[in-house]
Amino acid sequence: MTDQTSGSLLRLANPAVFNRLADRVIGPFAVLTLLLFAWGLYGAFFVAPPDYQQGETIRIMFIHVPAAWMAMFVYAGMSASALGTLIWRHPMADVALKCAAPLGAGFTLLCLVTGSLWGKPMWGTWWEWDARMTSVLVMFLIYIGVIALQQAIEEPNRAARAVAILTLVGAVNLPIIKFSVDWWSTLHQPASVFRIDGPTIHGSMLGPLFIMGIAFLMLYITLLMLAMRAEVMNRRAERLELLAAEAE
Amino acid sequence: MSAFSAVLKRDLRLARRAGAGASLGLMFFLVLIAIVPFAIGADQRLISRLAPALLWIAALLATLLGLDRLFQSDEEDGALDQFLLSGASLTLLVLAKALAHWLVTGLPLSLAAPVLGLMLAIEPQAMLPLALSLLVGTPALTLIGLVGAALTVSLNRGGLLLSLLVVPTAIPTLIFGVAVAKAAAEGRDFAMPLTVLCGTTLFALAISPIAAALALRQARG
Repeated sequence: MTDQTSGSLLRLANPAVFNRLADRVIGPFAVLTLLLFAWGLYGAFFVAPPDYQQGETIRIMFIHVPAAWMAMFVYAGMSASALGTLIWRHPMADVALKCAAPLGAGFTLLCLVTGSLWGKPMWGTWWEWDARMTSVLVMFLIYIGVIALQQAIEEPNRAARAVAILTLVGAVNLPIIKFSVDWWSTLHQPASVFRIDGPTIHGSMLGPLFIMGIAFLMLYITLLMLAMRAEVMNRRAERLELLAAEAE
Repeated sequence: MSAFSAVLKRDLRLARRAGAGASLGLMFFLVLIAIVPFAIGADQRLISRLAPALLWIAALLATLLGLDRLFQSDEEDGALDQFLLSGASLTLLVLAKALAHWLVTGLPLSLAAPVLGLMLAIEPQAMLPLALSLLVGTPALTLIGLVGAALTVSLNRGGLLLSLLVVPTAIPTLIFGVAVAKAAAEGRDFAMPLTVLCGTTLFALAISPIAAALALRQARG
């Protein structure tokens, strides 16, 4: 980390500075998100050709795959925030972690639901205990655990550190769970299940998929900024109430 | 090391005096196995096929059962503060508590598993591998639970939350534990899943006490 970036990260530790930045950038980011979604969805529905095997259902992929990317990306970001909370005690890292968890759980749920909707016409079943679906389900459970622990502990600082530890424990275990689920499914998987594999995607689909990926990322950043700004204000309001109660 | 054995002895004594210690966990295990035929019917072949999975799930539930009180009672009677003040490594003390917990839950379950396996009509050649897999795998369950117990130490009704936090992390142990018993029942070589099972236990041994000690320290402010 260079001096300049660590300096600006340090300045953002002041919630008021963060909120001023958020006020300035949320609008442009929201507009950018809308434009990207319009472009990406147009591409997904009108430009990309239907798949020669899967027909029109392939279009579910343009929501499903970016949601899966975000599910992993958000957890990686939460792990970085957890380090920020435990090592540097950065006050906004804790706010970021708290606000990112429900968003990550949302993306993961979206991935599961679209996967299920896609599975029905393709595999003939709403749910298949396939390695990837199972891993994503476990990931969803870990997100829910983080959110539940966050809500269960009342004192904000204590909650922040407990959640940070849990997030890191989850981050360490996720690859192991992924590996064991993969191993387990090769043991049980009937070979007949139809699968699509990444590299065979044609370029005409890759373009809109990429744009949808960026759109999801921008959506995430916009929502995260909104949630963090609200959380900062919430904490300030709570502190003011506490001070007012003490003054009485 | 003396602090380690002191905590270990204390926890074992507490377990023996309050709630009959090891035998209660064992009875819970037995009850879980006893309700199986009522739930899935008295089909011997089906039960035999499900037996390794049932024994492993029962072991997981029996391990989870007492975990929410593991640190809470210490927090309430001030023992946790004494741990922190003692100057001894909290990681080591936490490990002693985990060992005590395993000695009164995991170990008796593993030893009783062959007998309960008989009731579930498990294949004879799978009996010992199943017990071995529980013996090697249940320490991992206790150690993973240790972190959950430390994270929920300040919560009054942390039990449900604890299960939510612990169970997803226990999935690898469950997968490889059952795999050992299944491979043995089908007469296949089970060295590979057994080795990986040992690996998950060693991994949990390496990180769980540290994470639990960190969580306890944070919880005390």
